[in-house]
Amino acid sequence: MSKVLVVTSGKGGVGKTTTSAAISSGLAMAGKKTVVIDFDVGLRNLDLIMGVERRVVYDIVNVIQGEAGLNQALIRHKEVDNLYVLPASQTKDKDALTEEGVGKVLNDLREEGFDYIVCDSPAGIERGAQLAMYYADEAIVVSNPEISSVRDSDRMLGILASKSRRAKDGETAIKEHLLITRYAPDRVGTGEMLSVEDMLEILAVPLLGVIPESNAVLQASNAGRPVILDENTDAGQAYHDAVGRLLGEERPMRFIETEKKSLFGRLFGRS
Amino acid sequence: MGLLDIFRNRSQDPSAKMAKERLQILIAHERAQGQHITPHYLPEMQKEILEVIRKYVHVEDDAVKFEVEHNEQFELFELNITLPEKGEGNERSD
Repeated sequence: MSKVLVVTSGKGGVGKTTTSAAISSGLAMAGKKTVVIDFDVGLRNLDLIMGVERRVVYDIVNVIQGEAGLNQALIRHKEVDNLYVLPASQTKDKDALTEEGVGKVLNDLREEGFDYIVCDSPAGIERGAQLAMYYADEAIVVSNPEISSVRDSDRMLGILASKSRRAKDGETAIKEHLLITRYAPDRVGTGEMLSVEDMLEILAVPLLGVIPESNAVLQASNAGRPVILDENTDAGQAYHDAVGRLLGEERPMRFIETEKKSLFGRLFGRS
Repeated sequence: MGLLDIFRNRSQDPSAKMAKERLQILIAHERAQGQHITPHYLPEMQKEILEVIRKYVHVEDDAVKFEVEHNEQFELFELNITLPEKGEGNERSD
């Protein structure tokens, strides 16, 4: 049984594509046959973050419009087994994505035996975002500890609960997960950033993970290598934990406490 | 971080607290609105009501206003029809 997983947020720039790349890579590394689909028609970027931008020949719109077969458009990741990328079109019109077309692509991917189909949603609540979440079984809502991001996440949770296929067909609701990104425990400590507890209290969605603000994320996207592949980094490890939890494991939350500084360090600026 | 910063940090107004309070108020409000999604049959019903009215009197599209109001216990469907002024000869004879 394949699972359709949407990575969404409403707000842009919070880490949807970084998360899609990391989670899909993590699932594949755990032995699950995984495909990650870019739904941002016209502004594709998943190919860059995954490091496959030079191997894009066909895209999801070509597949929907019958100009290419699914297997021609799927890009196999060179470093991670079981991992495939289906890019978005860079040139076609946004309306090229249709509910019927996307449904067919997802069905074909199910028949290809994929365990996980990860849909990287564009920002906003327009067509691309709606289609990315429409067929989802589970949703990862990515949110920064920042007021506008939290508000948009709540809005997106409302849309997941009312406008998805599951909601329309009266099936069990989409399983929701909250993933907090760009978390800075020291700023939470000084009271200038919303805490994990604050966000959980407001959004009331089970927590999948907390990804700390990390230099590793920019370095990973510079290199076109999903951050989860670098297991020495804090962000990479935090994504590993999140993937474990997604697969039903229990893992303690890491990277949410400030490293305690000694009084000496505080007094003399050893940070 | 120097000696002064330690005291400065302690006395700083925690802006995250403001963020949380603002979000709680805003989101409670937005959720309350979101729960009352306009019934799906409304557009069709509006069309039919308009057709019935036009059997008797000619009214423009914008002379008929439909509104759904949500109260805590009930929903109110409001229909406002502005009839044409007398002497305009709009009454239908057919």
